[in-house]
Amino acid sequence: MRFLLVEDNQSLAAAILDRLRLDGHVADHAADIDTAESFVITTDYDLILLDIMLPDGDGRSFLKAHRDGQNETPVIVLTARSEVSDRVGVLDLGADDYLTKPFDFSELEARCRAILRRRGGRSSNQKRLGALTFDPLAGTLEVADQPVALRNKELRLLETFLAAPDQIFSKARLVDRLFSYDEDVSENAIEVYVGRLRKKIAGSGVEIVTVRGLGYRIQLA
Amino acid sequence: MSGVHLSGSIRRRLTLQLVGSAAILAALLFVIVQTFTRDLAEETHDRILLASATSIMDAVSVRSGEVTVDLPYAALSMLSNVSDDRVFYRVVLGQETLTGYADLPLPEPLPGDDDPLFQTLDFKGESVRMATAVRRLSRNGVPTHLAISVAQTRTGQVERLNALSRTALLLGAGFFVVAVLLAVWAAQSSIRPLRDLAGMVARRGPKDLRPVTRPVPSEMAPLVSSLNSFIERLRLSLSRSEDFIAEAAHRVRTPLATVRSQAENTLHRVERPENRTALREMIRAIDESSRAAGQLLDHAMVSFRVDSLERSPVDLTELVAELVDRLRPVADLKDIDLVLEQTTPHPILGDPILVQNAVRNLLDNAIKYAPDESLVQIGLNTESGMHTVTICDQAGGFPTDQLDHLTERFVRGRNAEGTVGSGLGLTIAREVAEAHGGRLEIRNTEDGAGACVTLVFPSA
Repeated sequence: MRFLLVEDNQSLAAAILDRLRLDGHVADHAADIDTAESFVITTDYDLILLDIMLPDGDGRSFLKAHRDGQNETPVIVLTARSEVSDRVGVLDLGADDYLTKPFDFSELEARCRAILRRRGGRSSNQKRLGALTFDPLAGTLEVADQPVALRNKELRLLETFLAAPDQIFSKARLVDRLFSYDEDVSENAIEVYVGRLRKKIAGSGVEIVTVRGLGYRIQLA
Repeated sequence: MSGVHLSGSIRRRLTLQLVGSAAILAALLFVIVQTFTRDLAEETHDRILLASATSIMDAVSVRSGEVTVDLPYAALSMLSNVSDDRVFYRVVLGQETLTGYADLPLPEPLPGDDDPLFQTLDFKGESVRMATAVRRLSRNGVPTHLAISVAQTRTGQVERLNALSRTALLLGAGFFVVAVLLAVWAAQSSIRPLRDLAGMVARRGPKDLRPVTRPVPSEMAPLVSSLNSFIERLRLSLSRSEDFIAEAAHRVRTPLATVRSQAENTLHRVERPENRTALREMIRAIDESSRAAGQLLDHAMVSFRVDSLERSPVDLTELVAELVDRLRPVADLKDIDLVLEQTTPHPILGDPILVQNAVRNLLDNAIKYAPDESLVQIGLNTESGMHTVTICDQAGGFPTDQLDHLTERFVRGRNAEGTVGSGLGLTIAREVAEAHGGRLEIRNTEDGAGACVTLVFPSA
């Protein structure tokens, strides 16, 4: 996916960009409204992450101009202000959602997914492996053209595997992916989800293999 | 009028003072009119009596010692013009009564020639008014005097005087009534600007802090100018605390967001278990402080808005549905199902931002403490004029001995250990409910599998 991050705090911007790229997304950074406007004219983004307090103005005025200009790109507002006072305004101005800083990346991902699904996700995001067809936005999985229902954690687990087939993912890494940091879970909890996912992709010619002492990997059988 | 000590009413005081003055003036008017008309009537009567006596005097002729009285008809008939009272007269020359009532008493001593005397006396059992005129003359060279008295009973005069008194009384009473009406009107209209100002200030919404600009009488100018400067100070201090809350949030949250994002990124890159544990601890600590900061600021904002509660129509159903939609992605992360089964409106009067904050805190709690793949049920109900929002989780419930203390500030359920939280969520929810005339109820489910928290609001 292609993101535009509008955020004036350099170190926060660097951290967010780092994370987005780590997850395989393309991300541009604008430190003020002026730069953001020129980016939006030249590039077609999947999603804009917009800070409210910017050096050359209020993010809300950018949002308003953006929507008045018939630009349909979804916008998630990142606000550091008190939720009570700010939230109502940004949604009324046309933001699709908002997050209060600091935020959890998995929540950001979940919200992106929800917005894109609501707006009708693009088929270009579909991933195929063997007889698996997976649409991470719509959250749908087809095994040999038969739809299979996935729960959210299973979906995210499959998404992680499919982002890099043949790569080994340690249990610890998968725990980071699936559970929030305030949950105390043992690494063995992953086994449950891997087991469920294995059942759901059975017969697809794709398997999740255990690499003893290292973790798991998805591969063609 | 809570907290106001009353020291009487300006309108009543003004009315009483004006009515008192009117009463004194009316009494004075009555006395003056009565005295004046009485004097005037007596004087008129006296003049006619004197005219009558004088005309009799003119009709007395002394010719070479012979005295003749040719009593003129007009002399007595002019008196009957005044009233039907009986008339007595007596003409005396020296010691001899020439004509009339010999027993009509003459004044002693007789008055002078040009100085007629008026008396009120009893004659034949009746009160009479009598005029006596005297002329000194010489008869056959001997000085003597001619005295003429004309008297009339006073029955008609008294009646006439009483009628005049009644008129004076009516006049005084009429004056009093008009004056009282004018006093009430004057009191009303002179305090009207005060009442208008009070009404205008009272009708203002709690957030309306514009100065008073309507014209006021000069006596009220100091009051209005003090009020305006007070309003201005309040507006400044409110906007300062609002700005402060927003600024504080910004200052605290932005660096926390930076640290958290960097820690999360680093966690993705390091492999050594002790480093990973340290980073996870760090992220939890950041989450804890940001959530605490957020809730402290929320709590400040809530207290601030509760103080000047703005009430507008809010549909609880719609508000809860929006929040549930918004939190669904977060619940999905834990495969928690948020179940909301209510579509009929539940209208209340309240501050939507506060109500939203209260419900969101409860939903946040439910999602945070509930185990993966559990159910959070949200129900709306109406019971005896109150609308309720109930949120039930399957998080194991609260220890029963703690149920009563959970809404105190910074108190957290013992089972909350190990989960990020500040303990202000339930306090905020309770304060919002109470500010709207409602309450917060906490109970464990009957099977003990979880807890239900209910927000109760009076229906609109």
